[in-house]
Amino acid sequence: MIEIQNLSKSFGENLVWENIKFDISDGETLAIIGKSGCGKSVLLKHLNALLYPDKGEVVIDGYKLFELSYAELRKIRQKFGILFQGGALFDSINTFENVAFPLRYFTDLGELEIRKKVEKALEMVNLVGSGDKPTSALSGGMRKRVGLARAIILEPEYLLYDEPTSGLDPQTSDEINDLIVYMSEQLEITSIVITHDMHSVLQIAEKVVFLDQKKLSWQGTIEEMKSSTDESLLGFIKASEYQI
Amino acid sequence: MEAIRQLGQYATLLYHALRSILEFSTYRKNLFQEFVKIGYESIPIIMLTGVFTGAVLTLQTAYQLDTDIYPASIVGSIVGQSIIIELAAVIGALVLAGKVGARISTEIGTMRVSEQIDALESMGLNSVTFLVIPRVLSGIFMFPVLYVIAAVTGILGGLLAGSLDGILPAAEFMQGAREFFFPEDVIFGVVKSFVFGFVITSISSFKGYYASGGAEGVGNATTQATVLSCIYVLLSDFVLAALLL
Repeated sequence: MIEIQNLSKSFGENLVWENIKFDISDGETLAIIGKSGCGKSVLLKHLNALLYPDKGEVVIDGYKLFELSYAELRKIRQKFGILFQGGALFDSINTFENVAFPLRYFTDLGELEIRKKVEKALEMVNLVGSGDKPTSALSGGMRKRVGLARAIILEPEYLLYDEPTSGLDPQTSDEINDLIVYMSEQLEITSIVITHDMHSVLQIAEKVVFLDQKKLSWQGTIEEMKSSTDESLLGFIKASEYQI
Repeated sequence: MEAIRQLGQYATLLYHALRSILEFSTYRKNLFQEFVKIGYESIPIIMLTGVFTGAVLTLQTAYQLDTDIYPASIVGSIVGQSIIIELAAVIGALVLAGKVGARISTEIGTMRVSEQIDALESMGLNSVTFLVIPRVLSGIFMFPVLYVIAAVTGILGGLLAGSLDGILPAAEFMQGAREFFFPEDVIFGVVKSFVFGFVITSISSFKGYYASGGAEGVGNATTQATVLSCIYVLLSDFVLAALLL
């Protein structure tokens, strides 16, 4: 379980958001939505201490994240997989090695077992036979899928997705959304998805957190969102040209 | 104020690197790759630098000592000792600040702005151990090797220039070089190149590691890394000369 407790963050004089508070139960898929620049990715990076807040705490399975030593933090981080916005693939190694990377550093598996696991992960993201490709030869959608294969290879408890469908065509976006649903349902992973794509939200999420005006403006289930009368939320949904 | 903040960041980065230096399995593979990139792949430019430094120094020394007061072999003495004590280490380091330093800061900086360092950290890997330690250790170990190559090729370049230009025969050049050869000068050169290796690779790693702001940010980090490396090479050269000579 992840608990976000009164989190506030500024960069210098610029307040990003303050007093953010919500929980994510095990197995849930939560979407964090909001306008571009409202600090969604900043919030995501607080969930495994890639950034530290000015105030507040993130509690992961009872551990206060910002009070841990670096060695303890590294152990907690291994519970997470992250799909970064641009994939964050290591460009000095090929697709196969990118996916195999966590296995080589965090397991004692032999080469044959690593190959099997990587091929299975690539199959899950529909990239069979792409292992030899250099990452520079991958399209935007393929990069995200390789990033996803790398994120799930150690079977994490939590998966964080940073704008998984941004910059992708509708068909590829649907494929990525299907993958997120598959990961949540089949692998029972707790998922947190940063997005401003309402189509994705309705396809994948069970709960929604809406950031606006430098604070958590609204939170609730998908059903509650559909019947919400919150003006700022409705304004955001309307601006995204999506009817619910 | 900014300079103090950066000095603090640099010291913190080095502290984290030193603290995790025993995690050899994390950086073993990168270390051997960096030995090749920093050491082996720098040999051609270092040999070229050495040969031309030695050749030009010989021609200029012979021009300045063109009297009957000194024996011709003095050219070999001056060139040999200048190269061993100063030029092989310093000119080599300035060239490597461009070649090695720029590559390190660009590589790490690009990894920073494309979230690859975040990806390493998010997996539970110590990015400083993984990226900074192998580069700094390779600099420390490979720069002295490159210094020896620069010194040998520098003396050879001087010898060749002297004999091809008809200034002095090779045997006379070598006689002069041998007369003023002191092993402690080589040790001094090795110590200097060891320090220069640390200065260049640590500053470049630091600038890359804290790069921000996309392509322009990486460009700025690389420029700063190269300029600062050159400045601190010259500064440390002076300090070492004052302390050790």
